Amino acid sequence: MLKKDTYDVVIIGSGPGGLAAAVEAKKEGAQDVLVIERDTELGGILLQCIHNGFGAEIFNEDLPGPSYAQRYIDESLALGVETLMDTIVLEVTPDRKIFASSKLHGFVEITARAIVLAMGCRERTRAMIQIPGMRPAGVYTAGTAQRFVNIEGKMPGEKVVILGSGDIGLIMARRLTFEGAKVERVCEILPYLSGLTRNYVQCLQDFDIPLQFRHTVKFIYGKDRVEAVEIAEVDDKWKYIPGSEEMIPCDTLLLSVGLIPENELSRQAGVELDPITGGPYVDESRQTNVPGIFAAGNVVHVYDLADWVTLAGYEAGKGAARYAKAIRARESDHIPVIAGKNVHHVVPQTINKRNLENEEIELQLRVLKPIEERTLIEVHDGKNQITRKVARYVRPGEMNTIVLKPRHFADIEKASSITVEVNPR
Amino acid sequence: MQEKYDYIVIGGGVVGCIIARTLSRYEGRVLLIEKEADICMGTTAANTAIVHAGYDPLPNTLKARMNVKGNAMWDTLAGELNFPFERRGDFVVAVGEDEFPALETLMTFAKKNGVPGCQILPGPEVRRREKNITPDVSGALWASTGGICDPFQATVAAAENAVMNGAEVKLNTAFEEFIMDGDRVIGIKTNRGDFYSRWVVNCAGLYSDFVMHQAGVRPDFKVRPRKGEYFVFDRADVQIDNVLFPVPSDKGKGILVTTTVHGNTILGPNAEIIDDKDNTSTTTSGMDEIWAGANKLVPSLSKKHVIATFAGLRPMGNGPCKTPGVDYNKDFIVEIPEEVRGFVNLGGIESPGLASSPAIAQEVVDLLKDAGEEMKVKKDWDPIRPSRPRFREMSQKDRKLLVDMDPRYGRVICRCENVTEGEIIAEIHAPIPATTYDAIKRRTWLGTGRCQGGFDTPRVVEILARELGVSPLEITKRGNGSKFLFRPTKKVEN
Amino acid sequence: MVEKRTLICVSCPVGCELTVTLDEGKIVEVEGNSCKLGIDYAEQEIFDPRRMVATTVKVKNGYHPLVPVYTEKPVPKPKIFDILAEVRKVEVEAPVKVNQVIIENVLDTGINIIASRDLPKA
Repeated sequence: MLKKDTYDVVIIGSGPGGLAAAVEAKKEGAQDVLVIERDTELGGILLQCIHNGFGAEIFNEDLPGPSYAQRYIDESLALGVETLMDTIVLEVTPDRKIFASSKLHGFVEITARAIVLAMGCRERTRAMIQIPGMRPAGVYTAGTAQRFVNIEGKMPGEKVVILGSGDIGLIMARRLTFEGAKVERVCEILPYLSGLTRNYVQCLQDFDIPLQFRHTVKFIYGKDRVEAVEIAEVDDKWKYIPGSEEMIPCDTLLLSVGLIPENELSRQAGVELDPITGGPYVDESRQTNVPGIFAAGNVVHVYDLADWVTLAGYEAGKGAARYAKAIRARESDHIPVIAGKNVHHVVPQTINKRNLENEEIELQLRVLKPIEERTLIEVHDGKNQITRKVARYVRPGEMNTIVLKPRHFADIEKASSITVEVNPR
Repeated sequence: MQEKYDYIVIGGGVVGCIIARTLSRYEGRVLLIEKEADICMGTTAANTAIVHAGYDPLPNTLKARMNVKGNAMWDTLAGELNFPFERRGDFVVAVGEDEFPALETLMTFAKKNGVPGCQILPGPEVRRREKNITPDVSGALWASTGGICDPFQATVAAAENAVMNGAEVKLNTAFEEFIMDGDRVIGIKTNRGDFYSRWVVNCAGLYSDFVMHQAGVRPDFKVRPRKGEYFVFDRADVQIDNVLFPVPSDKGKGILVTTTVHGNTILGPNAEIIDDKDNTSTTTSGMDEIWAGANKLVPSLSKKHVIATFAGLRPMGNGPCKTPGVDYNKDFIVEIPEEVRGFVNLGGIESPGLASSPAIAQEVVDLLKDAGEEMKVKKDWDPIRPSRPRFREMSQKDRKLLVDMDPRYGRVICRCENVTEGEIIAEIHAPIPATTYDAIKRRTWLGTGRCQGGFDTPRVVEILARELGVSPLEITKRGNGSKFLFRPTKKVEN
Repeated sequence: MVEKRTLICVSCPVGCELTVTLDEGKIVEVEGNSCKLGIDYAEQEIFDPRRMVATTVKVKNGYHPLVPVYTEKPVPKPKIFDILAEVRKVEVEAPVKVNQVIIENVLDTGINIIASRDLPKA
């Protein structure tokens, strides 16, 4: 359950970017840091990246994704980072209100002094590259397939063709082979590898999985489930070369054709997006054009290594914490002036402690109900009276005033709020 | 024990479901059978979702009469059944001076067909109302009664209302042949048993020819599937607020650029006549054709905002036939044949089938009355199908109330379209249960957004498995053999 | 007997294509490398190719049906599928702690298979 409705720093997403931001925000002195994660556990995409290749830069180790995440999860919790899991953020407003929804926590509304957007990416889909053919079950983006294999523990196919030589596709070629599926072919439309050479060697070459450059999927066959794909070679303009077609019987087509930063929330918050990256414009502290909203990781632009996402997360966390601290300082300069017993309203509603010097402050108020006898107008800080005034009567139609004098300021500065009350004498 | 019905409807598309709903208003047992795992999987599954105004059909045809009459019935239909419908109005856009006379022909048809609210607008006025229109626009026919709807929700709502009023729906049940008593149809044989009925109504769409031939009716009528492909755009990137038609050709109404009730802009359909009734593939040439047609109306569209492509088949009749006065591909067949009793025959219900469906249902009732059926209205017939909460359409304030009331609505499963677990569960346990991924997608709009199911698929599989009490390995995309998963990664008792 | 083999070095992202000349089973020349790492890689890859192996293991009563595991150090490449078969035989009881040893000294390689993460009970 949420204990507060205002946080110094709220981080959306607990992948490498979000967790790094959380850790650094705490170290930079943010008083409360909340991570909101839509999955039921922390770690984001790292949880399904069970292969090694993480931590070379940061830890000088070769770790699998979940272990890398575990380091940051442990450190976050040790630092007192709060978390809201199985909760999805529905909207972020430009003035940093967050609406989120959860089966466990219900409908959540919080305000953040600073926000770090760390929502990562989504995968490019079949429709976005317009692969013709039928629409059977068995066409998956590589990340969705990875989730099934590694987290849900289910195999999405036995005989697989992979389109795209990006890292996710290469990694899944090996993973599926390890679990007894047959990867028939990997096709890449470009004339060169999209992913890391290391992955070509250790995921395809090691298992004799053929890779064809300048090839793509021309048609998907199968009414209910994929039955075959027709691949073809393409020319420089990506047009099919007649006569190069080949039918490959299979039951699964995996797509590893690119990642797209996921910025729907950013857009709604008024964050300006760079059309070239698909992510927000950010400055050196990872702040977007909206004051107090920062962004880090794949949501800004697609990274090759999680380690570098972590470094960006540190920057954003630091920036967000500093921003939050500045806001807190401004807030704590102001103390609320509260309308207490029999007071309808008081103006001014806040006093800026920084401005208390030698000038009197007049509080103007109207009462709720008339009292036709001698009345006491009091100002107190919850414990002690600060000043008082006697009135012959009070009526809602006639405004009353009470003056705070410089000799009262010492008490006022110590208070977290002051209250005006009106009682019969 | 013979199952005895009064009316059996073959086919769970929009026409079959609205007819079943209309029949459920009257005394008598109604059964609707559908061969697929869900209703709404044939022609109704993939179309432009337009409730046509009625200026397009040839005057004095059944199509024209049904279209105009049906169009006027949609406000009541949508109000009673609670599904999205809007009278957005439509434009038929003439590009270049040569196309302008075609608008005048349509205006003549509009007058003859009795279509209210049509007028011809000059080019500048069209540009004022649709700022994305091609600068070469010479004018447009504006038909204010044209509408857009969600055909899936309309079909599901009609079927649910039918069930609420006592009708039965059997899915995965395929018609095989008629049971005849002389020249009278007295029942049907299906893959799930025999069912007896006083009347059988042919709403089999793409397979309406097969059904009518089993009764020996119209042996020369053949359904020629007409494939139409579509593109769907991201509503955040492309906002066309209007329904834009080109001037029609002999291939049909042409390639539209149109908004939909969900806010997405879609392009399509083209028209390719094929043989295979299962071929709903998108093709490179089809997509190129649609792109060219759409760009003619709206030159600024960009392929990088496409988030989905799909294709559907329309059941076009096969041209002139031996029966005088009837041209199969220019008119509907809605009849009680003379040579067979107990049979109501529908055929060739392609565009404007959706718009016409409530009028066709009324026509079926009138034909039954003419044939001597009493058609006594049930005293307790309830026309209202209550709506179910749709998280994506609600304000933050209303969402909070919904989640407080039932926390399952707090768990968002489809991130792109904001569809929650509560809604999915409601559809799984609804009067026409959704038991496949596509069934849930049609009803809730889940999986239709940017990520096209990338995020929600594993979660929907899990929820379906849990609610249906089966292993996740059994869950399918569209019934039949369309399973998502093969086996556990490691053998484990789950 | 002289033979030539081509390898892609993966010591760093450059990915130099190496041509290794062997005579009587000994490396006599390595061409195509741009630094010493290539020579070391060729030695290792020709005589004792090793790989890190990551997979999942069945879990009993766990929050998920599987927990990801990996070999603490690279294991001999020819043994990969046998090692995977060994992992398939195991079912570990939840809760699991990160770095917990799942299989000790798998197939006499001297290398442990350890858990990649914490996994609580269901």
